[in-house]
Amino acid sequence: MADVSFRDVTKEFAGATVAVDRLSLDIPDGEFMILVGPSGCGKTTALRLVAGLETATSGSIEIAGKNVTHLSPRDRDIAMVFQNYALYPHMTVYRNLAFGLRQRKTAKAEVDRRVTEISSMLGLDELLGRRPAQLSGGQRQRVAMGRALVREPKAFLLDEPLSNLDAKLRVQMRAELKRLHQQLDITTIYVTHDQVEAMTLGDRLAVMSAGKLQQVGTPQDVYEHPTNVFVAHFIGSPPMNLLKATVAGGQAQAGDLSVELPQVPEGPCIVGIRPDSLSVREADDARPALDFDIEVVEPLGGELLAHGFVNGHRASPDTTAETPLLAGDSESRAEITAKLDGRLRLKAGERVRLAVHPGEVYAFDAATGDALR
Amino acid sequence: MDNGLLIRPDRPLDLEAVPERRPRHWPFSPWHFFLIPLALMMLLPLIWSVITSLETSSEAQRFPPVLIPSALHFSNYLDAWNSLPFGHFFLNSFLYSAATVAGNLLFCSLAAYAFARLRFIGSNLLFVLLLVTLMVPFQVVLIPTFLIVRNLGLVDSVGGLIVPNLCGVFGIFLLRQFFQSLPVELEEAARIDGASRLGVFFKIVLPLSAPVLATLAIIQFMWSWNDFLWPLIIITTPQHAPLQLGLSMFQGTHVTNWNLLMAGTVMSQIPMLAVFLFAQRWFIQSIAYTGIKQ
Repeated sequence: MADVSFRDVTKEFAGATVAVDRLSLDIPDGEFMILVGPSGCGKTTALRLVAGLETATSGSIEIAGKNVTHLSPRDRDIAMVFQNYALYPHMTVYRNLAFGLRQRKTAKAEVDRRVTEISSMLGLDELLGRRPAQLSGGQRQRVAMGRALVREPKAFLLDEPLSNLDAKLRVQMRAELKRLHQQLDITTIYVTHDQVEAMTLGDRLAVMSAGKLQQVGTPQDVYEHPTNVFVAHFIGSPPMNLLKATVAGGQAQAGDLSVELPQVPEGPCIVGIRPDSLSVREADDARPALDFDIEVVEPLGGELLAHGFVNGHRASPDTTAETPLLAGDSESRAEITAKLDGRLRLKAGERVRLAVHPGEVYAFDAATGDALR
Repeated sequence: MDNGLLIRPDRPLDLEAVPERRPRHWPFSPWHFFLIPLALMMLLPLIWSVITSLETSSEAQRFPPVLIPSALHFSNYLDAWNSLPFGHFFLNSFLYSAATVAGNLLFCSLAAYAFARLRFIGSNLLFVLLLVTLMVPFQVVLIPTFLIVRNLGLVDSVGGLIVPNLCGVFGIFLLRQFFQSLPVELEEAARIDGASRLGVFFKIVLPLSAPVLATLAIIQFMWSWNDFLWPLIIITTPQHAPLQLGLSMFQGTHVTNWNLLMAGTVMSQIPMLAVFLFAQRWFIQSIAYTGIKQ
């Protein structure tokens, strides 16, 4: 059993910077957990705390049921892939792969067996005699993964390993990572700021912001049922459209849009609509609608992204105390994005009427950002 | 006259075309008129010493100096070797230089790594104090150093030469700056792979520091080989003298054997030249490596 747990972990750096704020998270054995969030949210620090490269200010970290909070990295039986791979430049690929095993005084025959096994699994056989400087980015990345996996660690930690690769290679490596995880079934913690990677790779996501855990759940769960406006805005590409609204008598009014939201309390709130929930209103459509002036059209083939303006005020997804949630555009025009059918042949400067199903409208508390339904 | 702009009725005239110039066939540039005399000026002392080493004693004392000796007296070299215990001089210099190079490489690298990567109370203060000592001239600490060496019973021995020079602040500073420029992820990866702190140091950091270690070795070797003041203070018998001190014995109170002195000097510089020629690549590479991450 190699589950990993954070128990109320806080990490403070000198200068009172709280990088991780009372994080509690359980990652069961074999799960692919993604820590996702914007830059500076504490996800890399949380990973380094598991690795032992940072020591928690308070709280504890457990690996396979054992409290490892004060153990050095070498005693934790974990392996890590760094963002820039950190391959030993003065050693061949073979020696890079073998290094961890040699440090633990593994017998030479066993070292050889495991290195050849990993190298053929990752397609590194022809590269074993080369130095890292002679490898391409994708090859280096695979060597870095091989170096981690060859030790058969209890937990496999990855710090934005795909960010240095070109787009095509990234897609390829994502699939390979997923395949590897299915094959090896190692508890994996993966840090990324790319929410597409997060959605496609993880069994579960942990969304973080400003050191705090915002939500944990399966990708679909986090996408469909965000617990607060930050998660709602961060997950999903293009991001959710957020508008300031006022609720009176079960009806929310956001600019031209009037939507029935029965469970939402009276007063100001934030209304959220995903770009793909909007569609061009048909003649006999009874759904709530609003006028949309198109400014920019991005054709994607089967779909198109239309960026433009509606009547109303845009709301900010920022949940930090310094910026009030309702500080968005103060003008009466809010910029939104709609994902529409590509066959519509819409053009910049056109005005269309967009409709949305009331069931697909999200509502968030104006003061705290928490989801209201 | 063809200047490269051929007028062609079928093609419009290309006013942007640069006319072809005849390439210069001179093997040197105007800068050489300045550089060659400058180089000669710098080489002059060296050339003069070699010439003096091949003259007779009276020729060497003449003024204006004799630049073309009557005959080449290579026997001066043999005479110089035999008149003083040159074998001992070379051995002592070699021991002194080798030991201080080894000591500096080991101790400076360990100290530099501690300052670069380990967090401990007082590390900044300690480092600043060390840097401050760089500003203290050796003459100021000459007497205390002598007293310490005397109390250790090392006066008039090669050990007395070596011990105060086993570790220098310059080396600590140079290596610390270099270690800081290495990506810390390499060391973190090694720690995760199971290496201890010392293991990381010896297996990852040192192998990657070859250029700067070579620089320190060369600088320390040069310094020790050419050192005169400290040997002058601490050594009293010719058998224990290193080369530079030994050479000074050609200088008498009234008379100096210039031709033999020059012969001895030329002999003493040969190992230095050899080190430089051998390590030339490292000199240039290491200057480029200072502060630049690999």
